[in-house]
Amino acid sequence: MNFDKELDARGLNCPLPILRAKKALAEMTSGQVLRIIATDPGSVKDFQAFAKQTGNELLSSAENNKEFEFYIKRK
Amino acid sequence: MGATPEVAVIDDLIRQRLDELLPAKIEEKLKEIQESKTPSMAIIATKGTLDWAYPPFILASTAAALGWDVSIFFTFYGLNLVKKDVSDLKVSPLGNPGMPMKMPFGPDWFKGINWNIPNIVQAGIPGFESVATTLMQQTIKNNGVASIAELRELSREAGVKFIVCQMTVELFGFSQEDFVDDMEYVGAASFLPVAQTADVCLFI
Repeated sequence: MNFDKELDARGLNCPLPILRAKKALAEMTSGQVLRIIATDPGSVKDFQAFAKQTGNELLSSAENNKEFEFYIKRK
Repeated sequence: MGATPEVAVIDDLIRQRLDELLPAKIEEKLKEIQESKTPSMAIIATKGTLDWAYPPFILASTAAALGWDVSIFFTFYGLNLVKKDVSDLKVSPLGNPGMPMKMPFGPDWFKGINWNIPNIVQAGIPGFESVATTLMQQTIKNNGVASIAELRELSREAGVKFIVCQMTVELFGFSQEDFVDDMEYVGAASFLPVAQTADVCLFI
């Protein structure tokens, strides 16, 4: 999947992945896609909730090899 | 004045129809109101130790990231959380049987041991609190958990309002110079209306 910006949140724990993602999205323009890689297992549900609350669209959420990958489209 | 039979029939029909239509309409309106309203949270932070500094700042920074309006009212020992330097916050295992005592270094089997040291022994060892604080700081670092200073900075950046209880500032002999800038110093009467309209209000 194409993306405009990438956030490496590996090794970071709650709530840092969400806070960093929020900051990254704030610097992007509407329609751009942010790719996030995280290792916090709680981030799967957290990014779902984050997307629902903020209106930014969670395009995909996947796990491979204990790493979680998210694509979020800025509102 | 009694209604004519025809009017009574019409009234009955209207009532029936309204009963059918209103619940869906009300639900739709309520949803509309809920969705257009910015959620808000008011936190009362009363604890001044390293461990208890986390809940207010984690919840405040996260809520702000979700787009909520957030205020924190710092009072009593919570004032420690708004001091310019928060690197000296301490944790005490004394009188806290809920706190696991684990080592943040060594092989996994060693880190997994819960050192069940009786409270009375902890109380008798000089410097035990400093050791526990150092160990906790290391555990926080190892786990990729943010420092209090970082979470506080992120909260402020995200627009979390910091409100300080003026009475306790004086009670504990602090002055405003001891604290970070841009805070509001008020009394309970100013904070309560904020709490009243908040969707979430927490006493920590």
